[in-house]
Amino acid sequence: MIDGRGWSDAADAAALPGHMGVYELADAAGRVLYIGCAGGRSRFGLRGEVCDALGRIDGASRFRVEVTTAYLTRHRELLMRHQAAHGGLPAANGPVPGLGRLSTG
Amino acid sequence: MDLSLSEEQTLVVDNVRRFVREEIEPLEASLDPDADELPADDYRRLVDKTRAMGLYGLDIPVAYGGPDIDLVTRTLIAIETAQHRAGLYAPCYGVFGGAGLAQLFEATEAQKERYLFPMLRGEKKGFFGLTEPSGGSDPARAIQTRAVRDGDDWVINGGKIFISGADRADFGLVFARTDPERGRAGVTCFIVDTDMPGFHVRRVVHTLRAARYATELGFEDLRVPQANVLGEVGGGFAIANDRLSRQRIPYAAGCIGVAIKAHEMALAYVPQRETFGAPLSSRQAIQWMLVDNEIDIRNARWLTLEAAHRAERGEDFRKEAAMAKLVATEAGSRVVDRCIQMFGGYGVTKDLPLERWYREMRIRRIGEGPSEVQRHIIARDLLGESLR
Repeated sequence: MIDGRGWSDAADAAALPGHMGVYELADAAGRVLYIGCAGGRSRFGLRGEVCDALGRIDGASRFRVEVTTAYLTRHRELLMRHQAAHGGLPAANGPVPGLGRLSTG
Repeated sequence: MDLSLSEEQTLVVDNVRRFVREEIEPLEASLDPDADELPADDYRRLVDKTRAMGLYGLDIPVAYGGPDIDLVTRTLIAIETAQHRAGLYAPCYGVFGGAGLAQLFEATEAQKERYLFPMLRGEKKGFFGLTEPSGGSDPARAIQTRAVRDGDDWVINGGKIFISGADRADFGLVFARTDPERGRAGVTCFIVDTDMPGFHVRRVVHTLRAARYATELGFEDLRVPQANVLGEVGGGFAIANDRLSRQRIPYAAGCIGVAIKAHEMALAYVPQRETFGAPLSSRQAIQWMLVDNEIDIRNARWLTLEAAHRAERGEDFRKEAAMAKLVATEAGSRVVDRCIQMFGGYGVTKDLPLERWYREMRIRRIGEGPSEVQRHIIARDLLGESLR
């Protein structure tokens, strides 16, 4: 999970910066539904990607973001950490070929 | 030394150059600027093409199914395959294949059956675990991971850092100290299965390479059978050292390839870009940058091909490989930096590959032995025993 950051309501996504980075979407209960990233080809960075994903993923009502230029490796790390903690990927993330494994212990 | 290309080398280099420009570069327009993998369909399609070209698995010995291509030609190919956005660390996204962990060609027959052949068939992946938190440049002294004999097994405790691909690997080569009293002769190489109890991928380590992270590993009472010792007990340092020397030549070649590509981009750009009513190419400041690029590239290319020539002829090439690695990584860094300067603001955007090369090239002056270690190797060769 993105550490040390609280959830924001979907309505606040339009005020996000256009930076590159990673984000998580959750339902009202705080269950992570999707982990994504805004890369170097995203048109409006985190703002564009989070707004788009909130409209696309059923039940997603909250988000949190982390600005980083290492969005590809950080995205993979977040998926791996979620997988290690929950035994699988978030519901709205499809299979990720070649995803690594982190130890749980 | 004659470094002109033979007819066959010219043909191969031209084919690879065309492949990079017609097959790889167009795909990059739709990939993330930091991507280092192709979509699976594109990867398979291009592997089929490199197989058809007779150039798949370039570093695999003939006896194991690789094409019979000499080291100088392979170095020339490595210069070409690096000439695209991802080319420094993911030349042609791996569609020319690789030898994986070349140390396994010296393994026992049982080890080859279990690890080498599945790796060559693409069924298993391996990692190389040498560097520890205590250091990477001086592995003979820095290795603190301990392996202690227990019956027919060895029990390993310790950790590694900056290890690529361990989280996706089925096995790895792990160097551990088996005799603390014997210095470099007290280091042994073990083949370790990653699904064994006691093998831990502790965390992801992010670096300047935005597409590929390293990992930190931990070993807690990791039990490895004696049959998984690679080479001799106490022979690990020689295995690590041989790999480091050989790796320096393709490492240098990749830097030269990127430098050539950046230089070509600048040569095409400066006659078009105008400042104060005249093209950039008319400015002496720009001309001198281009001249310095040209000299840097030629120096690095000459030294790298010389090292490859010596290695191909079976001569000692450690000093030459160190010189090639030192000069190519530092020259490549300077060339990319100058090209960014010529492109101005565009040079630091993700629209162009220069910013990626700038970040990744910085790592090259540290990876596979930093510049200072290369200078140490060269000095030791020049001064011999008087240095000791």
